Amino acid sequence: MRKFLTLALTLAAVPTAAAAPVTLTYWQYDFASKVDTMNKLIAKFEAQNPDIKIRQETFPYDAYNQKVASSVPAGQGPDVVNLFYGWLPQYVDSGYLQPLPARDFPVAQVDKTFVPMVQTSKIGGQYYALPTSVRTLAVFYNKDLLRQSGVLTPPRTWEDFIAAAQKVVKGAPPRFTTLGFGIQPDGQDYHVVREVLVRQFGGSPFSKDGRQVAYDSDAGQKAMSFYTDLFTKYKLGTPNFFPGNNSYRDAFIAGKVGMIIDGSFAVSTIQKGAKFNWGVVPLPVLKGNNVRSNFGSYWVNGITKNARGDKLAASVKFLKFLTSEDTQRTWLQSVGEIPASRKLSNDQQLRRDPVYGPFVQALPFAHSTLFVDEAGQRKAWVDAINTVILQGATPASAVKRAAADEQKILNGYYK
Amino acid sequence: MATTSKLRGGRTAARSPSRTGSLRRHQIRTAYTFLLVPLLFFLVVRFIPTLMSLRLSLFDWNILREQQPFVGLENYRTLLEDGRFGQALRNTALYTLIGVPVQVALGLGIALLLGRVRALRGLYRALYFAPYVTPIVAAAWVWQWVFSPQFGPVNTFLTWLHLPAQPFLTSPGQALPTTAALVVWQNLGFQVVLFLAGLAAIPRVYYEAAEIDGASGGQAFRKITLPLLNPTIVFSVVTGTIAYLQLFTQVVNLNFTDQGGPLGSTMTVALYIYQLAFGRYQMGYASAVTVVLFLIILLITLLQLRFLTRRYDA
Repeated sequence: MRKFLTLALTLAAVPTAAAAPVTLTYWQYDFASKVDTMNKLIAKFEAQNPDIKIRQETFPYDAYNQKVASSVPAGQGPDVVNLFYGWLPQYVDSGYLQPLPARDFPVAQVDKTFVPMVQTSKIGGQYYALPTSVRTLAVFYNKDLLRQSGVLTPPRTWEDFIAAAQKVVKGAPPRFTTLGFGIQPDGQDYHVVREVLVRQFGGSPFSKDGRQVAYDSDAGQKAMSFYTDLFTKYKLGTPNFFPGNNSYRDAFIAGKVGMIIDGSFAVSTIQKGAKFNWGVVPLPVLKGNNVRSNFGSYWVNGITKNARGDKLAASVKFLKFLTSEDTQRTWLQSVGEIPASRKLSNDQQLRRDPVYGPFVQALPFAHSTLFVDEAGQRKAWVDAINTVILQGATPASAVKRAAADEQKILNGYYK
Repeated sequence: MATTSKLRGGRTAARSPSRTGSLRRHQIRTAYTFLLVPLLFFLVVRFIPTLMSLRLSLFDWNILREQQPFVGLENYRTLLEDGRFGQALRNTALYTLIGVPVQVALGLGIALLLGRVRALRGLYRALYFAPYVTPIVAAAWVWQWVFSPQFGPVNTFLTWLHLPAQPFLTSPGQALPTTAALVVWQNLGFQVVLFLAGLAAIPRVYYEAAEIDGASGGQAFRKITLPLLNPTIVFSVVTGTIAYLQLFTQVVNLNFTDQGGPLGSTMTVALYIYQLAFGRYQMGYASAVTVVLFLIILLITLLQLRFLTRRYDA
């Protein structure tokens, strides 16, 4: 009797064990359109892979990094995780992420199929994470406001940019009523100075291996002067024009700003909010040299050290799915972020798109900063810029200050 | 307190001695059982983490690294040369030196005035108390608008008076006093309530006696009100000081994208700890700052209790 029971139980257990689905936990931060799209993608993936279940968990953006950092070392948290690429060095350093298996994601193939900036997430010759989509910067302009001010064509060069903004701006510091340019150092602007202007003035922000600050140079000083002149000399606008966390963007949406520099991730917010005609043009070039540059950033999906055995195999499958061209296309259509694949970004229709076109066109010359401490490196620049516009320091001393602060952070990481 | 225990003693005395003993033991047991719950809570939530942070401060503990080496007092040595910590410490001292005297003086002044108000007493009290119960984040948001250089009503008012518009929160020189003003405004209601209660506890007979003796209003205030209000003032100063030394939420929400800015001019020690620990994951170093802040608060509180508490013969 007992033998029979054991046999029956074993028989009953075998089929369930074979069909027992692997459950993966996926984490990303809470952003409505991303969460909805991911839910649809998960349903699609589960239909293709009946033996894998994905559980999506989301957290508010402000607490996201903290949540990940405190959960993974405790052996809790996700198997597959969405991260800002700038956090990667720290996460790789700590052993949170596993390198992507070279068999499933050959390095040479990733180099070839993804847009160049993705190579920032190659650490020690190995990829640790891959994006679905990427972002670049461009100029958003208020067509109505520019036309009313007599600017009929949007700017192509920085010289045109300043001239156009000067026509739009109303009021004088500190009481502006309309801004020509929504200046905001702690928005996207500090990226513009470091990755765009420094290169356009003929410099390079960092040494090749990313360990040395290289912008404490003639090009760096010119870039800092050029940017701070927008505030001090041309008086095109002022930081924190609107209160709140997205001052420049909120003010633009309210119709109070002629132009802002923002990322492709801002498209949907502006689309929903702006009640006027607006357009997008590529970041300007300098009249003299036409050097194009852009700052690219992206969110990546990586596999944490929690995924082992069956879970690892399932995570690889899920990651392949998340970085596939099909998913990239869905992501563009429902979230509005531009695809990370070279092939899709060469798509002629996408390149000609009046809104996405300027962002997509910037992909070949978009550079990503290799952050080792994103918050600290941002603060170094924001503080340096503020010494010029709030305390009247010289741009040269500000560049020195930023370089010293940022180098200290890099040294702390690479020690 | 003394009266209640006497009453209870009186009641139990009527019972037989043996019953009293067992009842007493029972009461003691009950008391300790109930005390155990908050004690456990304090142990688990307060004391153990405090001791752990003391230990953590001796390690180079970065949660994003696998190795957490023991470094002894190295973190404290780094602290001595850390300019940003120095700035945070100076700012925190400034907040306290501006905030505490202003809020105590204003709170006492308003409480004295409210004591004379006959009509709409409740309404006035509610008005002063409203900011205290308003969520800090919401208040900080509104405050940003109120003091906006471009659109703020404060600057509009200044222009009416033909005074120059001020940058307030956007200037390194004005951001700290403006932030302190927000905190004073928020705490004022609590101060007022505290002083109203303190004033109500002073027996009227002293004032009547003073009046008969021909004392002026000012004399009565100095000789009767202030001395008898001393416990309330001490409480207000001590708790106020601790609150200012731990200032965090207002600063974070007044400049969300550049917290503690511009140029670190509103940075507090508590915010610096938060940024070190949860922005840059340097738990060991953040713990060292925490320990220093704890020692500062302890020292100041002990000094205040020593020098502010006075006995007056009524």
